Amino acid sequence: MELLDNLALGLSVACTPINLVYAFVGVLVGTLIGVLPGIGPVATIAMLLPTTYGLPPVTALIMLAGIYYGASFGGSTTAILVNLPGEMSSVVTVLDGHQMARQGRAGPALCIAALGSFFAGSVATLLIAAFAPPLADLALKFDAAEYSSLMVLGLVSAMAMAGGSVLKAVLMTILGLLLGVVGTDVNSGVSRFTFDISELIDGIGFVAITMGLFAFAEIAINLEQRQQHNLLAERIGGLWIKWPEFKQAFPAVLRGTALGSMLGILPGGGATLSAFASYALEKKVAKDPSRFGKGAIEGVAGPESANNAGAQTSFIPMLTLGLPSNAVMALMVGALIIHDIQPGPQVMTRNPDLFWGLVASMWIGNFFLVILNLPLIGIWVKLLSVPYRLLFPLILLACAIGAFSTSNNMFDVWVAVVFGVLGYVFIKLGCEPAPLLLGYILGPLLEENLRRALVLSRGDFTVFVTRPISLVMLLIAAGLLLLIAAPVIRKQRAVVFAEEK
Amino acid sequence: MARVRNPRDLLAGLLFVAFGVAALVLSHAYEIGAASRMGPGYFPRLLGLLLVVLGSVLALRGFWPSSEPQPRWRWRPLLVVLAGVASFTVAAPRLGLVVASLLLVFISSAASEEFSWKEALISGAIQGLATVAVFVYGLGIPLPIWPVFLTGGQ
Repeated sequence: MELLDNLALGLSVACTPINLVYAFVGVLVGTLIGVLPGIGPVATIAMLLPTTYGLPPVTALIMLAGIYYGASFGGSTTAILVNLPGEMSSVVTVLDGHQMARQGRAGPALCIAALGSFFAGSVATLLIAAFAPPLADLALKFDAAEYSSLMVLGLVSAMAMAGGSVLKAVLMTILGLLLGVVGTDVNSGVSRFTFDISELIDGIGFVAITMGLFAFAEIAINLEQRQQHNLLAERIGGLWIKWPEFKQAFPAVLRGTALGSMLGILPGGGATLSAFASYALEKKVAKDPSRFGKGAIEGVAGPESANNAGAQTSFIPMLTLGLPSNAVMALMVGALIIHDIQPGPQVMTRNPDLFWGLVASMWIGNFFLVILNLPLIGIWVKLLSVPYRLLFPLILLACAIGAFSTSNNMFDVWVAVVFGVLGYVFIKLGCEPAPLLLGYILGPLLEENLRRALVLSRGDFTVFVTRPISLVMLLIAAGLLLLIAAPVIRKQRAVVFAEEK
Repeated sequence: MARVRNPRDLLAGLLFVAFGVAALVLSHAYEIGAASRMGPGYFPRLLGLLLVVLGSVLALRGFWPSSEPQPRWRWRPLLVVLAGVASFTVAAPRLGLVVASLLLVFISSAASEEFSWKEALISGAIQGLATVAVFVYGLGIPLPIWPVFLTGGQ
């Protein structure tokens, strides 16, 4: 069977000692930053990206992926134990997870979170293995017109998933596209918006942009709010889950896995959206919804499975189409480009070891998560007592050195400083930075495909609507835009995002 | 006379318009071409135009009342944090990583309300040495460890 052959190839790549070590390091670092509030996976991946330049691409990606799903898992541990979601994707876990902990059932809550995540991660890995090749085959038939429309669809769905005003998300995306233009135009060789600065000829460094927007600005915002640490030293109790609770939780794990896998594939989806949707679903299907918020185990099992499934299936559009569906995936695309691998459907055929190695490593990484987290919970909780005032200068330092080492040039650090100011202003003005990053990554690709499509059609713009696949994608994008602009949905969205806050 | 009821959206809109105008002005020098043969100026001008138009719409929303909270600007933490990073940027190639890291940690720590200069100094010194251990010896980044004028650039 081809699927098994591919997975076997992947396992043989993922199980080399160096890749195992880096998968472990990624998961460990991911869990660490997941536990610590105030630093997210986006900033961390940007920070550690330069350290992976010397590694083989597959090893680099394995580690970066480990950080991503490790973070979504680590965030849950603190959500349950100390009522503090380390990441956005574990915000809903707080609701019932922490209640369970207060009732002395922290052990079962942590246990079902770990097992549910592992189960969901395993299923999602198989899904990627099964669905990525046909998707990539389809994508190979794409021409420039389809690619342009696909990117428009990706950008629109990212807008839909961003919180706050739709118009602001649209504007941030356009600004991101514009920032992507900076540098030498590949077609004409003209330097655009470079102000005769030699460092800008290759464009603005994306590590620097990410650090400015996601680390410096975030830290400034965090420092404005008075830090409050009320660590409750909960007794964790026995870690194992009892059979009746397991029986109660298992259907929720299945539902969470299915929902998360689907929502993760959607452009703009991912771990956070999956977790919220799963919690809502569990509440709907429960016989007695009033138990939720008071320590219902389904309220932990469902979202925890869903966020892990979503975190993993969001790799599908990135790996098969080269289309990042969220900020973390945008960084992954950037990492591929740095390693001279053009993201897109050809990755699977040209670099099968990279593709399947990464897929297989996710399964191994999930296994690491279980063995890492259950015994080490005590240590993770202790880490929380490190005060933020000692932590944030360390993050700043790592960012400054990280930005420097992308090109061994202090110019990138200055760029990060500028984007720190911009990011702060944007956040204050209610504009989320994630769509900007996505626009910035997709900008050059969109321009190139747009140009090529219009050259082929001799300047005829109808090419985007006369080709069926392109038309369908544009229709979906238009539908999405209408949906999120419609008043009813807008209200709903406001409710969802208000719960998130 | 219209009254500004939502300064946040007005400000945001004007900011985007400013970016759009800058893009339009700067891309003036680039050849625009035609749709069938886009020049380097085509795409940026399109984006600049979109920013101006949509940014104006956003700015106009500033004259409608909004229930959204208005931002409270507190520049101090941001500026102190960035001053720390800037001092690192200036110092690292000249005074070496140890001093630069110490500067970054010490200055940026002042952004926290719980700042204590003794603690910041100690944690800065530790982080300076740790940085050297990890980044110079571990990852081999090309920055001096100690001040250049002391070591003569070695």
